[in-house]
Amino acid sequence: MIGTLLRIGYLNLSRDRVALSLKFLLPIVFFSIFASVFGGQGNAQTARINLAVVDEDHSEFSRRLVAGLQNDKALRVRTTADVKGAGPTLDRALAEQSVRSGDVPVALVIPPGLGDSFAKNGFGGGGAAMQLLSDVSDPIAPQMVLGLLQKVTMTAAPDLLMQGGLRQFEHYAGAMTPQQKSAVDAWMPELRAQSGTGVTPAAGRPAGGSGAMGVSVDVVDVMRSHSNRGSLVSFYAAGVGVMFLLFSSVAGAGGALLEEAEAGTLERLLSTNMGLTRLLAGKWIFLALGGMAQLTVMFAWGSLVFGLPLSSHLPGFIVMTTVTAAAAAALGLVLATLARSREQLSGFSTILVLTMSALGGSMFPRFLMSESMQRVGLLTFNAWALDGYLKVFWRDAALWQLWPQVLVLCGLTAVFLATARMLARRWEAA
Amino acid sequence: MMHVLTVHDARKAFGAVKALDGASFDLRQGELLALLGPNGAGKTTLIRAIAGRVRLDGGEVRMFDRALDGRHTPRELGIVPQEIAVYPNLTARENLEVFGGLHGLSGADLGRQVDWALESTGLADRAGESVRQFSGGMRRRLNIACGVLHRPRIVLLDEPTVGVDPQSRDRIYDTLAALAASGVSLLLTTHHLEEAEARCSRTVIIDHGKVIAAGTTPELVDLTVGRFRIVSLRLNTPLAAIDAARLASDSGVEIDAADATLVKARMRDVALELPPLLDTIRAAGRTVDDVDVRGPSLQAVFIHLTGKELRE
Repeated sequence: MIGTLLRIGYLNLSRDRVALSLKFLLPIVFFSIFASVFGGQGNAQTARINLAVVDEDHSEFSRRLVAGLQNDKALRVRTTADVKGAGPTLDRALAEQSVRSGDVPVALVIPPGLGDSFAKNGFGGGGAAMQLLSDVSDPIAPQMVLGLLQKVTMTAAPDLLMQGGLRQFEHYAGAMTPQQKSAVDAWMPELRAQSGTGVTPAAGRPAGGSGAMGVSVDVVDVMRSHSNRGSLVSFYAAGVGVMFLLFSSVAGAGGALLEEAEAGTLERLLSTNMGLTRLLAGKWIFLALGGMAQLTVMFAWGSLVFGLPLSSHLPGFIVMTTVTAAAAAALGLVLATLARSREQLSGFSTILVLTMSALGGSMFPRFLMSESMQRVGLLTFNAWALDGYLKVFWRDAALWQLWPQVLVLCGLTAVFLATARMLARRWEAA
Repeated sequence: MMHVLTVHDARKAFGAVKALDGASFDLRQGELLALLGPNGAGKTTLIRAIAGRVRLDGGEVRMFDRALDGRHTPRELGIVPQEIAVYPNLTARENLEVFGGLHGLSGADLGRQVDWALESTGLADRAGESVRQFSGGMRRRLNIACGVLHRPRIVLLDEPTVGVDPQSRDRIYDTLAALAASGVSLLLTTHHLEEAEARCSRTVIIDHGKVIAAGTTPELVDLTVGRFRIVSLRLNTPLAAIDAARLASDSGVEIDAADATLVKARMRDVALELPPLLDTIRAAGRTVDDVDVRGPSLQAVFIHLTGKELRE
């Protein structure tokens, strides 16, 4: 009897391709995606960190430091307003603006007099500290830059470091003998030759923190002055909200079309001569309005309970919510017109929504992914929507600055609607 | 009687399958016409072609002497699909308001038509209840109400009584009869042949995409199996084998092999042929407890025309 039940189960499963693919294919697909996102497939490079550098010192030391940073493979350094080296040289204001706008996660400001101080005192201090202007929405980048900065400081100018150290030595221990000076002078070219090679002098050692044994660096959170904990909540609200918006749009579209087709009400609606285009338009508008309501409720809850600054970002929220819900509703219609049954729709949507959410940053911030995965993420609906919300709530972007996200989401909406209309031809007169 | 709908030489193929292969028939004003056929005969394609949901490869459909383009559903048409095509979470009244609105009704006119539809289908006292709470019969009646709400002059009904109890079936046919009496022409498909025979004024039988017979039941009988009566006599005691053999040879009757008390005879003139049979039975020492006289049914016509083999 148990054997018969097993046979029934096997026959049912083996003849239901959707169920079969969900059972075996879906876990493999997701494993591969998450392995790519989080594991880097074992050989992918970690994302290079974009670093803006402002050299206010213009000393030999600062030039060597900048060159050392530029040579580091973990960093992509820019010293001008334009990524390609064009435009004005970065100053503190421009660098801070770059961090605020999200162009770079972190900027280094080398203050005036640092080179002199370094030459005189080595790591002995006394001069102004370097500043790392950072966006705390990316908690990884500032820490990585901090560590790399200590290493580069050691390796970029070992001869200057030694000279500063010797001056300190003479200051406290008395002048060196001519023979000692001669030996040091003979060693200096060798040290200079080591600069920028990444070889840490035997005498040096990596700093353990922001200046404990290395250069002194102050980390400045440039976002904190106008943001608060509530803005961070917007990350989660947008990520989770967009993912569930997709699920509900797909489910709603399925209900709107496939259930109606199965129940016969679609045929009845079409027999009223409303036409398929108007029918789809009506369904799309309803789904989009539902999506807007869903996101609004979620952000309102975030505002009430978690202090998300909704009221102060209302125009941007309305723009992003409108275009996001419109695109999600249109995508839902595509899937509903593509699928032949509710089971197929469920399979498609589970795979697509979870994949897009993983790649697009709903589950894991995109800036922590490898560069290639970040680029792949831009193919997803989620990435553009989340970038838009990020601009609104985190970067206080003006409405016009949302144009790339709005343009892409509107474009996607148009493409999705056209695709859905084309696929829905199967419901037209045969 | 005026023809409100004429289908002439309708042809439609889906790939290699000929769904319609030159079907022709007409629907008259105020009649209830049954469209019968085995599964896959082409009924649904024909109905969908009339409804503007299938474009014909050849032939034409004319409604009120106007050729249809096969892309749009004519305003004069009401459609009652086989599925219960209503929204289960809405009330009966809300469903009617929705479909009435889509058919162009509004304001007081919509309210009047909704009330009329609820009344005529016996749903007035349940108008405010969610359809989800309705029985199968009530849903069927609401399905019909949604199709006739906008005062169509022709109504297509695809198996409107499938899966309902006899009471609901009667109510549905009463509603359809009232519509027909008011001048509405109705074309319905059904597999309940006794319903078609009892309730419809004419029948069209379709098979392999062609109309193979059309007319009233007596006309179809004359055209196919011919007029005769099956007379069944129930005896008080079984006939002995020898009596049965004599009865069969003398009167040409059949004796049921499994039940020797049942005698069946096929007669063209019952008044003339029945008395001698009764005399023979009496002479054999038997009495007749029950007599049943039946004419050939639409079922016999249908089987005669379409055969007994199963259709897939």
